[in-house]
Amino acid sequence: MDVKVQNIRKEFARFPALNDVSLDIRSGELIALLGPSGSGKTTLLRLIAGLETPTDGRIFFGEDDASKKTVQERNIGFVFQHYALFRHMTVLDNIGFGLKVRPKNRRPAKAEIRRRALELLDLVQLSGMENRYPNQLSGGQRQRVALARAMAVEPNVLLLDEPFGALDAQVRKDLRKWLRDIHDRTGHTTIFVTHDQEEALELADRVVVMSQGKIEQVGTPDEVYDTPNSPFVFGFIGESNGLKVTADHGGIRFNGKPLNMAAAPDKHGEALLYFRPQDIELIESGEDGLTGSVIATRRVAGTRHVELDLGSGTHVELEISTEQAARIDRNRVTFRPTRWKLFPV
Amino acid sequence: MAHDTLQPDRVTSEGPLARGLLIATSLLFLLLILAMPLLAVFSEALRKGLPAFLDALKDEETFAAIRLTLLVAGISVPLNLVFGVAAAWTIAKFEFRGKAILSTLIDLPFSVSPVISGLVFVMLFGAQGYFGPLLASYGLQIIFAVPGLVLATIFVTFPFVARELIPLMQEQGNADEEAALSLGASGWQTFWHVTLPNIKWGLLYGVLLCNARAMGEFGAVSVVSGHIRGQTNTMPLQVEILYNEFNFMAAFAVAALLALLALVTLVLKSLLEYRFSAEIAASRRH
Repeated sequence: MDVKVQNIRKEFARFPALNDVSLDIRSGELIALLGPSGSGKTTLLRLIAGLETPTDGRIFFGEDDASKKTVQERNIGFVFQHYALFRHMTVLDNIGFGLKVRPKNRRPAKAEIRRRALELLDLVQLSGMENRYPNQLSGGQRQRVALARAMAVEPNVLLLDEPFGALDAQVRKDLRKWLRDIHDRTGHTTIFVTHDQEEALELADRVVVMSQGKIEQVGTPDEVYDTPNSPFVFGFIGESNGLKVTADHGGIRFNGKPLNMAAAPDKHGEALLYFRPQDIELIESGEDGLTGSVIATRRVAGTRHVELDLGSGTHVELEISTEQAARIDRNRVTFRPTRWKLFPV
Repeated sequence: MAHDTLQPDRVTSEGPLARGLLIATSLLFLLLILAMPLLAVFSEALRKGLPAFLDALKDEETFAAIRLTLLVAGISVPLNLVFGVAAAWTIAKFEFRGKAILSTLIDLPFSVSPVISGLVFVMLFGAQGYFGPLLASYGLQIIFAVPGLVLATIFVTFPFVARELIPLMQEQGNADEEAALSLGASGWQTFWHVTLPNIKWGLLYGVLLCNARAMGEFGAVSVVSGHIRGQTNTMPLQVEILYNEFNFMAAFAVAALLALLALVTLVLKSLLEYRFSAEIAASRRH
């Protein structure tokens, strides 16, 4: 089901957690809300669920205005970071809970509830565990039960709040692939919150980057990685370097020296130049470019990271191949960004 | 805990002398202050043998006191169960102005002398009290009657259930309830299927303690009772009356019965803890 968030504002005791946020989510999409803590991503998720009430604005499920509905009426599936499984119920009773509490006229028969719960247990690959209690399961297993429980009510939209946040690294990676697989098979519109960019980029169809109660950028993983539209997104997703430069007459200067890089001719004055550590070329020391003294080099997997001091307290980090690293001057390196973007100060 | 005594090389464990001294001190203290008086009560009650003990309890006024105590506890404890759960829920799960004040108020019965609690009700509902004459005109008597005893008992024992539940509910947070609501459960279903099972052990402890105190309360009840023999005397009051009449044997018999009730409560609590320790640990952990 389509979900449309329209001019949502949310204040907690006068402190704005979300400020005029609008977002269109397409039916069947797997979408990530990505941002640092305090960016408002969890608040947005809870507003869509109906666990919080917006100060202003509306939320639509399809054509329906969901903002007037209670959490029960919205028919969503919510998965919590710390699972929130009912500890005194078996795995099977947990999964069947949403069906069991339905009013009589919509409640399936007991045998049917059991059948559907077992089916979902199979889907989340926990067959045979139906009589266990939550505290007899590992974290990863618990989260899979929580997902099965949320899917049992055939929700309009599946909402996951940092679903893998409490798990260790290996389990996280496994569950990531597994969630993508489940999503492709069931086709639920799914929104998940994460602060882990790798998770968002690997898993989502589209990523919503949030910061300080606002949406910074919405796009496919490729779009937000390759063409970040703000210094924040540049800095938050992937590694990046930022330099204060001046633009004039189509050229860019750093500390007064020209860089032989073309800027739009209408840009003048101070600007911020952003580029990724790997998007550079090494050039001869006499040519126009950025020159800095080497502070440190680190071997990271198949590449070498070189930290440079460009003067006036500006440090950048470059990522070059080990062969290149063997050839460079140990003390001074000159380079030029190949892919970069200018932002106003 | 057991490991501490087995591994003297741990930094937190003391040398054998200090350990022995500490253990001996606490044991001696327990023996002097707790065990000896308890033993004295029972030995005094049974000094003339079991038949005499039972005869003393069969006395008409004493029997009426036992019945009244059970009645008062039977009304106050269920009411305080409801009040306690409501208060704990309010404090643990909602944010509102004046929450700190409410939280402090719950402790009031613990901090104020029981005599004052009794006097407050006399002032409110007594013959010369604020509401006494009005209620009397409808034929309702509160003070020197069962309603007064129940009110005073409720007041004194109110904190037990709430105090037991508040930290437990705060620790458990709202996530389970939110999960139930998001799955379509109504507020009542959420309480019945999720909240109540989560707090049932804490609730049971609270109720047991509340009950023990409800049966044993003396001060507040003494003020509102009026000491009408066979009518408004609860067991603790009956003990005092019998004692003042130099009927020591009977006084100790009733006292022993009261002490027995307390012991049964404690044993019950320990048994439950032992029997369901795994489940209790699970409900606190998670």
